[in-house]
Amino acid sequence: MQKSFLARNPSVLIFIGCLAAFTLAVTLLSEATGATFISTSFVKTLGKTLCLCLIAIAMDLVWGYCGILSLGHFAFFGLGGYMIGMWLMYERTKTIVTNSLENATLPPTADEVRDAIGTQIFGVVGGAEIPPIWLFADSLFAQLALVVLVPGLLALVFGWLAFRSRVTGVYLSILTQAMTLALSLYLFQNDSGLRGNNGLSGLQNIPGLSHISQATLSIWFFWASAVALALGYLLAVFVTNGKFGSVIRGIRDDEARVRFLGYNVEGYKLVVFTGTAVIAAIAGALYYPQAGIINPAEIAPIASIYLAVWVAIGGRGRIYGAVIGAAFVSLLSSWFTGGGAPDVPLGFYTIKWTDWWLVLLGLSFVAVTLFAPQGIGGLIDKLVRKS
Amino acid sequence: MSTLLEVSGVSVSFDGFKAINNLSFQIGPAEMRAIIGPNGAGKTTFMDIVTGKTRPDEGRVIWGDKSVSLLKLSESQIARAGVGRKFQRPTVFETQTVRENLSMALKNKRGPFDVLFYKRNADGAARLEAIAEEIGLTDQLPRIAGELSHGQKQWLEIGMLLAQEPKLLLVDEPAAGMTPEEREHTTDILVEAAKTRAVVVVEHDMEFVRRLNCKVTVLHEGSVLAEGSLDHVTSNQDVIDVYLGR
Ligand SMILES: Nc1ncnc2c1ncn2[C@@H]1O[C@H](COP(=O)(O)OP(=O)(O)O)[C@@H](O)[C@H]1O
Ligand SMILES: [Mg+2]
Repeated sequence: MQKSFLARNPSVLIFIGCLAAFTLAVTLLSEATGATFISTSFVKTLGKTLCLCLIAIAMDLVWGYCGILSLGHFAFFGLGGYMIGMWLMYERTKTIVTNSLENATLPPTADEVRDAIGTQIFGVVGGAEIPPIWLFADSLFAQLALVVLVPGLLALVFGWLAFRSRVTGVYLSILTQAMTLALSLYLFQNDSGLRGNNGLSGLQNIPGLSHISQATLSIWFFWASAVALALGYLLAVFVTNGKFGSVIRGIRDDEARVRFLGYNVEGYKLVVFTGTAVIAAIAGALYYPQAGIINPAEIAPIASIYLAVWVAIGGRGRIYGAVIGAAFVSLLSSWFTGGGAPDVPLGFYTIKWTDWWLVLLGLSFVAVTLFAPQGIGGLIDKLVRKS
Repeated sequence: MSTLLEVSGVSVSFDGFKAINNLSFQIGPAEMRAIIGPNGAGKTTFMDIVTGKTRPDEGRVIWGDKSVSLLKLSESQIARAGVGRKFQRPTVFETQTVRENLSMALKNKRGPFDVLFYKRNADGAARLEAIAEEIGLTDQLPRIAGELSHGQKQWLEIGMLLAQEPKLLLVDEPAAGMTPEEREHTTDILVEAAKTRAVVVVEHDMEFVRRLNCKVTVLHEGSVLAEGSLDHVTSNQDVIDVYLGR
């Protein structure tokens, strides 16, 4: 008899149970419910961490399962953030502008409002015109669609070109780095239409919800991130568990053999690459309203490399491994770089963790690669199997 | 007799070295054929050409009733058209179970979304069990393929071929590294398979070829040196000179 999906995948219930308990605990301890144990800014950190766990799942699917070491998935994450950021910034500026023009003797025309918004948003880059790519910025629905469509289309075109030419291995990794680098350099330009190196800011203010406190909003986004992560986890288990998972693991291990079985390997890679790009974009669209600001530095090539490091440390080819890696390393990282870790005085020299954290991370990555190639997830698997 | 595969005037060279030289070859729809020849004769390269892994410099490869040119198809399209291949080195997916290996090979729709929403069903399960039975791996179905013995991996690969339900089976040195009993079992599987489809077996071992009891093609320096029954070709003076009389 065919067992049910959940019976075959007990890890799903464990994962969702843990996530639900965690979400509930954070909510009860947060300022939103009147407690003072967890500050609003830390709730945001935790919510952002959940989004990073979601993109780590995407990375694990594309790399850990399908064997495509993409070092460009943060480009999709950032684009998702930009797409939602456009709506947030436009609508909020519109509110500010209409409020300030309210006292004028004549009611402002639509053109005047538009011009004022243009000056307000693009003044920093010496412009006043609203660029054409902001055409739909006043529609939440359109920008939400673009969160999926823009990164999805970029991934589809990039993947189609790369896979069709059978670019694999390290060459593909370099190509994905080039893609994210090119995108970030383009966005750094003032005339890119997305405010150059200023990026989009004030994203924590949700248009129409100004009467709701940040403490409450932070919890809403935290919940939304948790739900997205749970859905992402379910989707990843569904995809990797059946025959599709078998085929993509086959592609990872021996793609020529999969071809001779009659599978169109390039098609599968394209589906996985594009699908995970969309997951990354959704994660980004949830992340940046919590971060409050997005700028082109976010999609610098190094960001995607960190992503690969998280997944490697967490244990690739295991979905919960990716989640653990991303949560563990990114939280540790904000502890170290945020000055949480005490400096270590050695007499002749003081180790300041803000400077030395990256060295520590690099060394741990080397150690994991050498001594625990299966990552933290592999260690957990060993423990579970022993007991 | 109708032909299933017709290779004619095919040549391919690697860096100026002619690995296949004006080769022609034909096989019918339910025929067993053995290809023998010294190392480097071009046997594996011949299979590479038929399966689309290597593109020839010249010549034609025509397939099936509709006379499709295989040279225009990709590897996966050729496989879907009905050409199955077993590699010289056993290549199974070592990190997956025997069942997963067979299930992947089982003839079904191959598109990403067909596979994503594929539902296991009784018919597929029955076909899978039947193949496992045929290759003698029924007890091993839940095992990880990497843990199998060398001979079992070879059979698993043959089983994966059968699961594809190809019209033509290309088998490269199936008996290499097998014990005598394992060889016997392998011969049985191949002879059984050839009742309903074309099977081309590349093999070095003469005893093995004799047991297949079929027409033999001798390859040498990329072209056909002789063709006929095993006794016929082994008494051919050219064959004795280049191959047997080493
Ligand atoms: N991809 C390749 N590049 C260069 N030379 C090759 C390649 N494939 C095969 N050859 C050469 O072609 C010849 C035939 O090889 P092969 O078909 O493997 O022989 P066989 O299988 O009969 O032992 C050999 O000399 C081999 O070195
Ligand atoms: Mg060979």
